[in-house]
Amino acid sequence: MTSRAAPKLSVRNLWKIYGPNPRRIVSGAFRDMTHERRLEHVREARHFVAAADVSFDVHEGRIFVIMGLSGSGKSTVLRAVSRLDEPTCGQVFLDDTDLLTASPRALIEIRRRKMGMVFQSFGLLPHLDVMQNVAFPLKAQGLPRDRREARAREMIDLVGLKGRERSYPHQLSGGQQQRVGIARSLAVEPELWFLDEPFSALDPLIRAQMQDEFLRLQKQLHKTIVFVTHDFLEALKLADTICIMKDGEIVQIGAPAEIVLRPANAYVREFIGDVPLAHVLRAGDVMSPPRNDGRAHPSVPPEAILEDAIRLFGETTETVDVVGADGAVLGSLQPLQVIRSLHHDGPGPDR
Amino acid sequence: MTGFARRFRASCRSARPWLAVLGLSALLLAQRAAFPQIVGYPDAWTLPVAEAINRVMDGLVAQFQGVARAVSGGLNLAFSGVRALLIGSPWAVPVCLFCLIAWQGGGRRLALLTGALLLYILASGYWEPAMNTLALVLVALPLSILIGFGLGYLGFRSAHARRVILPMLDLMQTIPAFAYLIPILLLFGFGPVVGLIASVVFAVPPMVRNTILGFERIPPAVLESARMSGCSRPQQFAWAELPSALPQMLVGVNQTTMAALSMVIIAAIIGGFEDIGWAVLSAMRKAQFGQSLLSGAVIVVLAILLDRVTAAYAARQLPGASHAGLPLRRFAPVLAAALIAAFLAAQALPALRDWPAGLIHSPAQAINAATTGFVLAHGELMAALKNGVQFFLLLPVKLGFERAVVPFTWGITLTPGMKAAYWALAGLGCVLAFGRGRWKGGIAVLVVAGFLYFGATGLPWATVLLLTTLLAFQLGGIRLALLAGGAVVYLLVAGLWQQAMISVYLCSVAVFLCILLGGLIGIWAAASDTVSAIIRPINDMLQTLPQFVLLIPALMLFQVGDFTALLAIVAYAIVPMIRYTEHGLRSVPATLIDAGRACGCSAWQLFWQVRLPQSLPQILIGINQTVLYGLGMLVIAALVGTTGLGQAIYVALGEANAGAGLAAGLGMALIAMTADRLLQAVIRGRA
Ligand SMILES: Nc1ncnc2c1ncn2[C@@H]1O[C@H](COP(=O)(O)OP(=O)(O)OP(=O)(O)O)[C@@H](O)[C@H]1O
Ligand SMILES: [Mg+2]
Repeated sequence: MTSRAAPKLSVRNLWKIYGPNPRRIVSGAFRDMTHERRLEHVREARHFVAAADVSFDVHEGRIFVIMGLSGSGKSTVLRAVSRLDEPTCGQVFLDDTDLLTASPRALIEIRRRKMGMVFQSFGLLPHLDVMQNVAFPLKAQGLPRDRREARAREMIDLVGLKGRERSYPHQLSGGQQQRVGIARSLAVEPELWFLDEPFSALDPLIRAQMQDEFLRLQKQLHKTIVFVTHDFLEALKLADTICIMKDGEIVQIGAPAEIVLRPANAYVREFIGDVPLAHVLRAGDVMSPPRNDGRAHPSVPPEAILEDAIRLFGETTETVDVVGADGAVLGSLQPLQVIRSLHHDGPGPDR
Repeated sequence: MTGFARRFRASCRSARPWLAVLGLSALLLAQRAAFPQIVGYPDAWTLPVAEAINRVMDGLVAQFQGVARAVSGGLNLAFSGVRALLIGSPWAVPVCLFCLIAWQGGGRRLALLTGALLLYILASGYWEPAMNTLALVLVALPLSILIGFGLGYLGFRSAHARRVILPMLDLMQTIPAFAYLIPILLLFGFGPVVGLIASVVFAVPPMVRNTILGFERIPPAVLESARMSGCSRPQQFAWAELPSALPQMLVGVNQTTMAALSMVIIAAIIGGFEDIGWAVLSAMRKAQFGQSLLSGAVIVVLAILLDRVTAAYAARQLPGASHAGLPLRRFAPVLAAALIAAFLAAQALPALRDWPAGLIHSPAQAINAATTGFVLAHGELMAALKNGVQFFLLLPVKLGFERAVVPFTWGITLTPGMKAAYWALAGLGCVLAFGRGRWKGGIAVLVVAGFLYFGATGLPWATVLLLTTLLAFQLGGIRLALLAGGAVVYLLVAGLWQQAMISVYLCSVAVFLCILLGGLIGIWAAASDTVSAIIRPINDMLQTLPQFVLLIPALMLFQVGDFTALLAIVAYAIVPMIRYTEHGLRSVPATLIDAGRACGCSAWQLFWQVRLPQSLPQILIGINQTVLYGLGMLVIAALVGTTGLGQAIYVALGEANAGAGLAAGLGMALIAMTADRLLQAVIRGRA
């Protein structure tokens, strides 16, 4: 990919340590220790590392997914970045402001205008109806009632809950409640959108539907997103970039195809084990240089999933061209290469 | 047989401390004729607890009387204001007021019910005392709610504060109200304000508990979503925390209201004020049962009224409530207009101002006649019932078989042979239990046998001290042992031993009956929906009634005495036993029952081996509640002439002796807390 402008959100060396006195632990000689030594140091002091030296960037309009097993520290990172919990040390930049040194007033202002968050357990206010829930952050902003209701109505339409404005949370299904949560988090037109396992409490069918809808919304809205999930398939489906965590540390960061094709270690490979690769990999991920044998080949766009591309191979067709939107041939698919890339443990195309 | 011997020896080893205590007790009992101080704790070994409390109290009174009297003046002012509205204005005005408030909370049906109940009070002729009582409640209520909310929120926010507040609540609820009426009397002076303040003290705890619960139960995501919405701290509190906790807090308001009413009624005992509690009490003292029953019925009506209306407001806050009422800014003008209209109508129509005397109907004479007739007609049967319970249950527990089995009661004299047979049987039971490895059962057999033989008042105090402490130690470790031992030592040192054992005796008989009868009724109600449907409203009523009222029918039929007190205590304390038994049995998972059936259990086996063990934790909670209720009612029952701690408090109240009252009240509270913690330990051990 081409290099872009400065990241929208930049997290640098973020630590979150639980225990009686975490601050003391990261003071003094902590700076000069190696990473391993630091972890040991914390353990010796009988403290617990929930996030260890986490750094990553999220660019404007991109979906950054944090993935890991339960207890790996995903929520910890998200909550530290949004300052729902105070991180022990580190830096978090939103554009040029360091969120961690922002005053409480400034933080409130940032939350009112620039951040939206969706919770796994929805977090709807039980005494407010859908309209009031969605309008709630606007009320905190101090918007007059008619304006916030107009805006809330737009959001309710956007998530497909038109007609339920006067329902209370307990009258809605889980999926509907989460739509309200999404509408509420979008009401202030945030630049940063945080979602902590937003679909985990929903059953599989609804979850898939909500994921599609989430992608549809993002196409429209272009938010900068940090999305937490423990579901690897969900991560693959939604992410521009995936960050895999284990025991509070980042194991690998990369585009979905990168992770699938070049897992950093055995831990990551475990996740890939049961992924239907033909659904996940795209033609652009596995293509080799264009092959010019003078014959005409069937063609697919680079974002076509392999499953669809493979269908084009036939008795006599041994090459499929990958053709960009402008008609230029970007590369080609060869059966052998495709088969190799679909084989989990096989060497990737670049190896 | 070798297995028996091995298990017997193992049991003896486990039970060693118990056997030691029992052996020591046997020695003490053998010597009791020579040393009377073995059973009766000697006066010379007591400390002047009451005097010490009095001295502190005198200091407090001297220090704070000025402030207290000022507070008292303020409260009196507020009280007079409310009273003027309720009694000084035409009756149509308060009736209209309450109906509208009821309508706002619960809709048309509740408004109609409220109207009907108020008309009943008007027609009963007790309007003025009822409104006096209501005025006290209405002044006490906002204070209790505010203080309770403040303390509750503090307790929620700060763990330190909670560590102080929670034990304080325990004390406020377990020290009998009569006991703290006295210091309030000394501080604030004579008058209705005493009842008001006492009811604030008594009514605060449920509000505190429900406030803490309400705030604790708010899902964290709700608070976090408020923070992430950019709410400032005050906005978070006002827009997210408070409304989320509100439903639970309104449950607290309901409980607080009932507690306040109950206390206002009890406080009538200090007299000098024409409220409905006093109407009951003075009628009771004059043995005018018709009048006391009718005024008691007015209390019931007030209780139902307050309960339904506050419960409606609580239900209205729950998500999905059907009745919303008007928004406040529309309700207020409607209310004002209606009250003015009622006032003007009363000016035109005198019948709306003063309830016409012709419409007051009092069947008191008829009730008196009917009662007398009933007692005359069934006197023998009732005397037989009373004597039966007294001779075969109450006396043995109080005095022991040793002293209770005499020709006058049982028609026989205990011969040495019978005594020997009794002890031989007990010993055999113990040995058999030991041999089956059940040493706890064996010890229980011996303890119960000893208790029944010597009676609650015939046990050496050292035995009670050691057994209680040992039990507490085995159930809950050193801290519980300290509490239990400390409680017994306090009762001894404060010179309250004799009274305390009498209280323990009466309460243990009552609790025994409650467990037996309540358990059976609960089992029956769990098995039959019809029975359950009949029992539930009765339970509700027994529980919402101010305890006081339960004395009336018992007193009408059986006169003053332990039996009457027993009836009243059982009527009040049986409720939790029934409820928890039924609930426990009904909530056994259906899959377990099916599994039992699939294993071929008969209905009988199913009950003993599946249902009962599964519901035991619930039933134990029921027993715990029953014990606390029983102890609470004991003090009220002192009004009908029991002896014991309750009476000591009652007498102290008559003499305005704060020290004696508080000393005995504290004793009562310690017994209640020890019983509670012991049972809690049992429940924890089972869970
Ligand atoms: N307040 C706390 N005190 C101590 N340890 C905590 C605290 N909060 C979280 N932890 C620990 O930090 C670790 C990471 O927790 P975190 O909630 O970030 O996990 P997660 O990856 O979000 O898992 P899940 O998928 O279950 O939500 C866990 O082991 C957890 O026990
Ligand atoms: Mg999490």
